[in-house]
Amino acid sequence: MKTKIRLKNIIFWIVAGLSVGFLNGFFGGGGGMVVVPILICLFKLEEKKAHATALTVILPLCIASSVIYLMNNSLDVYQCLEVGIGFLVGGILGAFLLNKLNNNVLGIIFSILLIGAGIGMIIL
Amino acid sequence: MKIFLLIVFGFLSGILGGMGMGGGTILIPMLTVFAHFNQHTSQGINLVVFIPMAIISIIIHIKNKLIDFKVALPIIAVGLVSSILSAMLANKIQGENLRLYFSIFLIALGLFQLISVIVKIVKDKKVRKK
Repeated sequence: MKTKIRLKNIIFWIVAGLSVGFLNGFFGGGGGMVVVPILICLFKLEEKKAHATALTVILPLCIASSVIYLMNNSLDVYQCLEVGIGFLVGGILGAFLLNKLNNNVLGIIFSILLIGAGIGMIIL
Repeated sequence: MKIFLLIVFGFLSGILGGMGMGGGTILIPMLTVFAHFNQHTSQGINLVVFIPMAIISIIIHIKNKLIDFKVALPIIAVGLVSSILSAMLANKIQGENLRLYFSIFLIALGLFQLISVIVKIVKDKKVRKK
């Protein structure tokens, strides 16, 4: 029984690692949105722990992918700083807003936003 | 003007990121469509700006004992190899093609998210009825 669980875990780790790594490296983002449900469904983590653990998984991958992108593209330091400052301030506000807004309504709005953005990127 | 735009885009996606909803997935289309960055640059910027916020969040989560390192470390090990190879592949692909693949990925992600929220709402209603 014990070996069975271990084998299952190894498969889960490989599936999770390959998929989050691919999204992070190939698309430069979106890994979190896939690894959170994986952590909840396959590894049975509760939602808060899944979000925190997902961040921990993504950070090292982000650093590794960043290096590859920096080697192949010239990123403007100032542009990164400008977006980065906004992102940081927004992130802190978002963390405070969490649990204060209706998650289901927000989830629907966000998913429609994603679909719209995808269509927009093809058309525009 | 562009400075202002970039800060606002960062801010908006940061709010979503802070709420744990995938801020990067929305930052990349904003940068390509409205700031006219090419796809590779947008993806690179998204990766870089995520790092400081992730470090701060992780420090807070460690204090609150919310991180399951036993689960995380093996995923990181596999993920590092996968992400480096995928990033190299992405940088070999033409920007326009990468942009198309990314758009399809966004639409799929949005549909997946929409379905899972609806399933959750239906489940919540059933629990309440009982």
